[in-house]
Formats: sequence, C-alpha cells, structure tokens
Amino acid sequence: MKEIRYIKAIADALDEEMGRDESVFVVGEDVGGPGGAFGGTKGLLEKYGEMRVKDTPISEAAIIGIAIGAAMDGLRPIAEIMFEDFITVCMDQIVNQLAKTRYMFGGMYKMPVVIRTPGGGGLNAGPQHSQSLESWFAHIPGLKVVMPATPYDAKGLLKASIRDDNPVIFIEHKALYALKGEIPEEEYIVPIGKADVKRPGKDVTVVTASKMVHHTLEAAKLLENEGIDVEVIDLRTISPLDKETIFRSVEKTSKLVIAHEAVKSFGIGAEIAAVVCEEMIDCLDAPVLRVGAPFVPVPFNLEKFCLPDTNAVVQAVKKVVGY
Amino acid sequence: MLGKEKLLEMLYLMVKVRRVEERLTEEFAAGKIPGFIHVGIGQEGVAVGVCSCLKTEDYIFTTHRGHGQAIAKKIDLKRFMAEIYGRKDGFCKGKSGSMHIASKADGVIGSNGIVGGSLPISLGTAYAAKYRGEDRVTVCFFGDGASNQGTFHESLNIAALWNLPVIFCCENNGWAQFTAQKVYMKLENISKRAESYGMAGVTVDGNDVLKVRNEAEKAVARARKGEGPTLLECKTHRWLGHYVGDAQKYRLPEEIKEVRKYDPIVRFEKYLIESKYVGPEYLGTIENKVRSEIDEAVRFAESNPIADVDELYADVYA
Repeated sequence: MKEIRYIKAIADALDEEMGRDESVFVVGEDVGGPGGAFGGTKGLLEKYGEMRVKDTPISEAAIIGIAIGAAMDGLRPIAEIMFEDFITVCMDQIVNQLAKTRYMFGGMYKMPVVIRTPGGGGLNAGPQHSQSLESWFAHIPGLKVVMPATPYDAKGLLKASIRDDNPVIFIEHKALYALKGEIPEEEYIVPIGKADVKRPGKDVTVVTASKMVHHTLEAAKLLENEGIDVEVIDLRTISPLDKETIFRSVEKTSKLVIAHEAVKSFGIGAEIAAVVCEEMIDCLDAPVLRVGAPFVPVPFNLEKFCLPDTNAVVQAVKKVVGY
Repeated sequence: MLGKEKLLEMLYLMVKVRRVEERLTEEFAAGKIPGFIHVGIGQEGVAVGVCSCLKTEDYIFTTHRGHGQAIAKKIDLKRFMAEIYGRKDGFCKGKSGSMHIASKADGVIGSNGIVGGSLPISLGTAYAAKYRGEDRVTVCFFGDGASNQGTFHESLNIAALWNLPVIFCCENNGWAQFTAQKVYMKLENISKRAESYGMAGVTVDGNDVLKVRNEAEKAVARARKGEGPTLLECKTHRWLGHYVGDAQKYRLPEEIKEVRKYDPIVRFEKYLIESKYVGPEYLGTIENKVRSEIDEAVRFAESNPIADVDELYADVYA
C-alpha cells in the first residue's frame, strides 16, 4: 500500500489508462501545460503529447462536442470541465447529444466518454463555483454518475469509467483533492454501480456520497459514544443506483437517513427515500430523513452555514433513533 | 471537368431527394407518418453538390431538415423510409424518426434535432481523423438560423485553430423557422464570419448544383490536405414551411411563388440538355427510376412492423 492524495489518484488513473490504451485522450481547458486547474492532468502533456492532451479555448459546449464526435468514431475521450457549475453551459451537448446518441440511433454507437468535473463547496468559491448538481445528471437516462469520496475509490472508479462504453459524469469533490488515503501498489478497478459499506453498523443506515461520507463517518464516531451504531453506505456511484446494498442495510437497521451536500429539495435523497418507501416500506421503523443544503445558492460569506456538516448528520440520526 | 456519368448521378439524386420529400409530404398528410416532418424542397442543389465530392467513408452530420443530405450520401432508401415510418428495420430501429436518421456505414454519422447541435460534434469526428492520421473529412450541415448559436462560434474557432478537416456547410434558406434572415442578423453573407475565425469562407448560389460542387470540391481538398476547415454558405430557398403543414402566414404569398423560379433541378436539367449530355426524354427515365425506388421503399416501410415493446429498454446503455 502507499498513501497518496485524491488528486494524485486521479492523475495516476489517467496516466495508467492513457498508457494502456492509445484511444484514450484528455481534452479541456488548461489540461495541457498547466496540468488542469487542480492538477489532475499534471505531467500528461509531456508524456503523451499534444494530440492526446488537448488544451481548448473556454468553450465548454465544444469540449463536450469534441468528446462526443470522437467517441462516435471509436476514441475514448475524457473531457474536463473545470468546475461542475460550468457544465450548465454545455447541457445540450450532454443531455440531448451525449446521453441520447446510442439510444436515438438505435444502438449504432458506443459512447465511451468520461466528463471529469469538480463539484461541491467548502472553498469559499461562491455561488457559481460551489454547486452539487449530481441529481441533474442522474435524472437523465443514458448517463452514469460517479462521485468518489476517497483516493482509493477515485482511482479505481476513474479507471472503470474510462473503460466503460457509456457516458460517465465523474464528479470529483474539490475540497477532497488534498485528502490523503491508502491505495494498493498494484492495479485495481472499482466497479461502477457498487456502493461500499464504509462502516458497518446495526442501528441506523446513512446513505451518502462524496465529501459527506467523511462527515458521516465522523458523525458515526460521535454517535458511537452515545451507543448508536451507524452503518455508513458510500454510494460511490449515484446512477445506476446500487439498490441492493441500500436494501440489505435497511433490512438490518430499519432506519434510514440520506445525507448529501446538494440542496435537499429534489435531490438524490428524495429518490433514494422514495425507492426505499416503494419497495420496502414494511421494513421501516421510522420516517426516512434527509440531510442536505437549504434551498439557497451557496454564498461566499455564509458558506459554512449552508453546507451540511457532521452535526447535521448527528441530529438527523438522533431524530430517527428517537422516533 | 465532371464526367457524364457523375453529372447524371447528381441529377438522379436531386430528383430523388425532391420526389422523396414530396412523397413524405403526401404520406404525412394521409396520416401514415407520425410526428413532424421538415422538408427542404427547393434546397436539393446544396446536399447533392456537397456530397458529390465525398467518399463513402467521409462523414456528414445532417439536420432536422436532413432527408436530402442523407439521400445525397446514398443512404439506403428502404431503411431510410422505414425509419421515418418508425419501423423496426429503420436505420435507428424506428427510434429516431425523420429528424435523426443516421447510418455510420454510409458516412451519415449523425443528425440533429437541436439547431446548431452538431457543430461541436463534427469537431470530434474531424479530430478523430487527425488523431489517427486518416484523410477522412467531415461535413457538418446546418441552417442559417444555427449560425447564431454559440456552438457555431465555438466550433469555427476551434476548427480553425486546430486546422481540422471539417467543412461547415450552411444551407442558407433565408428562414430561421418562421423568422427571416434580415430580422435576426445584420450581415447578409454568413460566410463573412469565417474570416473572424481565421478560416476560408465562401458564399455560393446553392441553387446551382455545379457551383456548389465546385466550391465544395475546393473545401474538401483543403481539408484532406490538412489545410484546414471552410465555411461554405450555400444560398438557397425553402419552398415550403418549416414543417409539413405550416401555413407560412409569416411569409408573403409573392415570395413563396417567387422562390420557385430558382428551382435547382430545372436549372440543372436545362444545363444537361443544352450541353447535349441528354435529350429531354431522359428526364422521364430518371423520374420512372426514382418513382419505382420510392414505391418500393414505401412498401417496405409500410409492411415493416414497429419494434417489439422490449426495444423501449434496449440501447439506453451499451
């Protein structure tokens, strides 16, 4: 095992996959010389050359279009959108084009496109650089949505995403880039669509993802002192949703909290709560609670009051346990 | 100089495009085709002129008004028709309908119902050709309306910057759906925009198939030699409405009548007869050939079943 940072895990996955398959290339703003705004593509230009590490103008729709066309012609592009917020300017290319190309043309194409993008808040980046928009993409048939929480998962899932023949929206958390974690020396893959029980427990299930995994683990530790045993499920992949792992846990605990950083209303928590209520209402001993951000943009100055934290998870778990 | 065989093939394709679209209009009115149909009757010279310069393995991206472009690229008419009828042996299993017909094997790589949606994607196929060192070119068709989408500007800038083997073919029929060009842009010639991105740009009479071909040939040669992209604006006329059934109340009756004077097929036929390539009787031969192909295609489409309901769930993911 070795210890590396989340951002290095990303860079290593890119390097390994580019070394393995000549059809893999990266395209985006500042991905070449600067090595990406956060350093995810550092060193790749020197190693793989300008055609495979392609700097673009600030033209997000075109970046996605290039990836789509190249995938239709058999390449495996990785597009980088510098902030998840900027994805909104290429939504046609993602929603109407990328997600529908295979279906609309009757299965004529495989669409092995990865869109890497940092989401989330915590860096005081303000309303247009701090959003968590995963539910937008999870709502679109044809897309897969991945949100790793640890360096291990980031590397293994990015490799799986690059090898997947479908479009994957790969949402990194910008506040996790410096996080250190252990990964094996040898190659490994983390499969898409498989959640991970980050902490087993018997009293309450908390389903979470990305940075909220760490808050939830912290909350679980605090709650342990109060005799509450929390099972923490890290979704890792938002879509396709690993219902099996969630159901197995809820069967055991009969209590469910969903915690995400995105705005609570209409978020993935609503979907997970609905799925559990639809398919296993008899197993539940308490209402399903959600932890998420209030229905406001992420402000520059009051960010810490906006983003859900460890305490929010603690409170929700206690409420469910006390029901 | 083009050989006789090529010239006659171009005429055949133009007539085929026209008659197919006329037939689609009739079948749609008869309630046999669901959804929307957008025809480009009057614009045949553009698609045929441009596609006559392409090889099978070259790619085109077509538009919502793209029947002519696909037929000019010699797509199989039976499967084309089956697609428009929503039948299972259509090119896209009936899931795309009229607006999204594609056949990668014929080089009709994609088609778009979003105005300006294909421009960025055409960068990708052009990039892939360059990536692999192939001499394949990509032609992206779009309308005058699309030239005001942001994607147009993003795409032209990048294509020029990277010297991509792509031809942006603007079929300028003067109408962005229900709005006339003079209402939505100050420039008269869209090709003028090419210069601001550092690429070749030319405007040609789109109703003259030979002029279109001449300019397209130069653009394709440039792209193949790695000398970069071209914005090729072909000025033409949309004789009918935005969609079949559009009463065109936004258009003066005189203008609707006037544009028919510029019939690209009549003009090309006249040229071929005057240049003694064929006698007038030859036109009947073409009409007969085209009619029987269309009858056969319609029969095929009508007798082809709609896909099984299981197909609803197929191909969302690979």
